[in-house]
Amino acid sequence: MQRTPLGIAALLLISGHARADWEVNLTRGITEISREVYDLHMIIFWICVAIGVVVFGVMLWSVIYHRKSRGAKAHNFHENVLVEITWTLIPFVILIAMAVPATATLIKMYDNTEAELDIQVTGYQWKWRYQYLGQDVDFFSSLATPREQINNTSEKGEHYLLEVDNPLVIPAGKKVRFLLTANDVIHSWWVPDLAVKKDAIPGFINEAWAIADVPGVYRGQCAELCGKDHGFMPIVVEVKPQAEFEAWLAEVKQADQAKAAAAEKSWSLAELMETGEEVYNKACLACHQANGEGIPGAFPGLKNSPVALGDPAAHIDIVLNGKPGTAMQAFRDQFSAVELAAVITYERNAWGNKTGDIIAPAQIAALKQ
Amino acid sequence: MNTSVAATHHHGPASGIGRWLFTTNHKDIGTLYLWFSFAMFLTGGCMALMIRAELFQPGLQLIQPEFFNQMTTMHGLIMVFGAVMPAFVGLANWMIPMMVGAPDMALPRMNNWSFWILPFAFAMMLSTLLMEGGAPNFGWTFYAPLSTTYAPPSVTYFIFAVHMMGISSIMGAINIIATILNLRAPGMTMMKLPLFVWTWLITAFLLIAVMPVLAGVVTMMLMDIHFGTSFFNAAGGGDPVLFQHVFWFFGHPEVYIMILPAFGIVSEIIPTFARKKLFGYASMVYATASIALLSFIVWVHHMFTVGLPLAGELFFMFATMLIAVPTGVKVFNWVATMFRGSMTFETPMLFALAFVVLFTIGGFSGLMLAIAPVDFQYHDTYFVVAHFHYVLVPGAVFAIMAGAYYWLPKWCGNYYNETMGKVHFWCSFIGVNITFFPMHFIGLAGMPRRIPDYALQFADFNAVASVGAFIFGFSQLIFLYNVISCIRKGKPASARVWEGSHGLEWTVASPAPYHSFSEPPQVK
Ligand code: HEM
Ligand SMILES: [Cu+2]
Repeated sequence: MQRTPLGIAALLLISGHARADWEVNLTRGITEISREVYDLHMIIFWICVAIGVVVFGVMLWSVIYHRKSRGAKAHNFHENVLVEITWTLIPFVILIAMAVPATATLIKMYDNTEAELDIQVTGYQWKWRYQYLGQDVDFFSSLATPREQINNTSEKGEHYLLEVDNPLVIPAGKKVRFLLTANDVIHSWWVPDLAVKKDAIPGFINEAWAIADVPGVYRGQCAELCGKDHGFMPIVVEVKPQAEFEAWLAEVKQADQAKAAAAEKSWSLAELMETGEEVYNKACLACHQANGEGIPGAFPGLKNSPVALGDPAAHIDIVLNGKPGTAMQAFRDQFSAVELAAVITYERNAWGNKTGDIIAPAQIAALKQ
Repeated sequence: MNTSVAATHHHGPASGIGRWLFTTNHKDIGTLYLWFSFAMFLTGGCMALMIRAELFQPGLQLIQPEFFNQMTTMHGLIMVFGAVMPAFVGLANWMIPMMVGAPDMALPRMNNWSFWILPFAFAMMLSTLLMEGGAPNFGWTFYAPLSTTYAPPSVTYFIFAVHMMGISSIMGAINIIATILNLRAPGMTMMKLPLFVWTWLITAFLLIAVMPVLAGVVTMMLMDIHFGTSFFNAAGGGDPVLFQHVFWFFGHPEVYIMILPAFGIVSEIIPTFARKKLFGYASMVYATASIALLSFIVWVHHMFTVGLPLAGELFFMFATMLIAVPTGVKVFNWVATMFRGSMTFETPMLFALAFVVLFTIGGFSGLMLAIAPVDFQYHDTYFVVAHFHYVLVPGAVFAIMAGAYYWLPKWCGNYYNETMGKVHFWCSFIGVNITFFPMHFIGLAGMPRRIPDYALQFADFNAVASVGAFIFGFSQLIFLYNVISCIRKGKPASARVWEGSHGLEWTVASPAPYHSFSEPPQVK
């Protein structure tokens, strides 16, 4: 009977390790650094296993053979300076053996020089902004999983919670440097396959880099508790061969121009309401809720609210510039003029807010200048 | 004068509620602490079960993310400050005077205050759940600016509750130090102190050193929120990382505050049931002291990803790895104590053995986490959750339970029901492992901590962990039942209680007299 706890512990250990190896271990990743990190992880893991086998082995031996019910008589030793010094020194040596490769890898990870592309990554509650420095490309990336899947009213997709509307795209084989910061609270940008995890902190710029070897789609998540939707802040990185990457860049720039042009045309209330609802569901719903009533005490409602029914200028101001010191962020850069005009129009006319106001995209475009 | 001394010397406990409200007796106060701690353990446990129930399957089923964050935050705070720490203080109150041969704690009146502050602090903390905007929702580490600029209004109550808990801890620590240094029986030199007393002495110094730091950081938050300062607000020229440095300068020693007394308990129990003296008494004392000292220079290992200079990262990596050395010495000493012993496996011993194995597993994952470049992958994932639960649940909590079973016959004069104790042990042991072992895997596979919903590949192990949590949670009711029936009736215990027991506390009758030692015992 008394042997069982250790037996179970051992079983758990053995089966656990086997599994960890086969399916749910750390990813080996797609960069030289990530593979080095993986190897380090495995080395240290096996050292721990070896020490564990010795220590738990002796313990198990004692539990089996040195038990009173088997007639074991207690010996009288309780001190041995030599033994005690030995088992202080040996672990020390093992630690040094671990520290050497760890130090080498860490030094490599800190080499932020000679990047071929710089991307500024900014954490927002609860989305990421990617700015390709010197490229005039700047977009936001947020969760693409529909709320119905999260609320269990529809079947969950394969990449449930790990999919975004606009993935970050980077060229394969090039050193890409990430400059990380945040707009509100602390977030942490983590992509396991790149072995990059760095905090995005307001007022700071952190650096990290990666040379992705294998084209493909890689997924990660925000790793620092950043408020209510912390669990809904995925990161998707698409690694493309250089030529495809350039084609993509050109495409994005073109789409931006088209959006700017759309602001010039005149929009009807119905058109704005339709686009506005989409934008609302994407960016505003999480706090102000689907029924526009907000969450009392935490997030103000918009239904019948003084802002949504009052002076349009004040409403536009708060949507564009946010309200400092609260979770209401500045949406000026996040959306096009059309989208901003549409969502403001929507808020002024949904849930029985019948102001009939139309906010013209051109007006917003002028404000954004 | 003489007569009145004699008269007060033999009075027993007062009767009625007054006994508990105004008591200055170390045993009564120890009992209060232990019941309070158990109540908090169940409260925090219910919150944990709510978390695990939500995480049983992907998708949001039972609770919304705002509330999920409140639950994780309150769970952590209640378990750390309401369950584990008061339980250790309760054991200290009960046992330290008896172990050093003193009649009571050195400062009995302050002792009463130390305890009675706690129920008020936690009532205040729990009341935030009912406030508009909800309870604290920023994690037990409450990083600014999430906990300042973006916090719910109830954060102010949280800050006051933390202040009160801190005051209680510091007063408790002062009392323990004064008792150990001043009230030892003649002949009890420092190197004859039982290990539980030693570990508590060191822990008490840690408490006095770091609780003011915690008080400092919450005061800075209060200033930022209400008085327009910008300690942590980048927009006002402040520094959010400063918060983390200050917090972890408190927080890292704090995690050792939650384990050193456990080392002491286990070092009492293993020799008793191996019927052999503890191997390496002196090196145990030195190892404990080195762990305590090292704990002040490793706080940054909780912050490897904030973007430190390379030199800082390396220094803190090496320092953290060093902690494994004294920790290893302790484990080796426990195993050497068992080796060539004459072991029996009563419930306290079962918990102590499980402690050694599972705490060591937690130490291994700690060592892995110490390796900075790999920690970038582990940090803030379930791997860390697995690590600290292995050192805190089968570590600290199992040690507390081991201690409770070990000393229970001494406290109430009756044996608990051994069969029920073993059932409790096995349910807890199996439950704990089913709960926390899979967390290593989901962590390595990439699940961040503190998320209310997760991607599909993490589903299976999360379901397993949730089942384990319910097994562990409900088996604590066996413990409750066993303790209550032991207090009511049970086989009467002799003074020595355990065949292999040693030390002054086993020389007084069971149940222990209200004033442990009226004549100082002589220690050879
Ligand atoms: C050999 C001894 C140990 C080592 C080397 C070690 C190392 C570490 C490291 C490096 C971390 C940070 C991981 C991360 O966030 O990425 C950590 C986290 C933690 N450790 Fe340990 N640890 C050890 C023992 C302990 C003990 C004895 C306790 C408490 C009883 C403990 C409690 C914790 C807690 C609570 C955290 C997480 C804090 C949080 O982020 O909420 N550790 N440990
Ligand atoms: Cu985040």
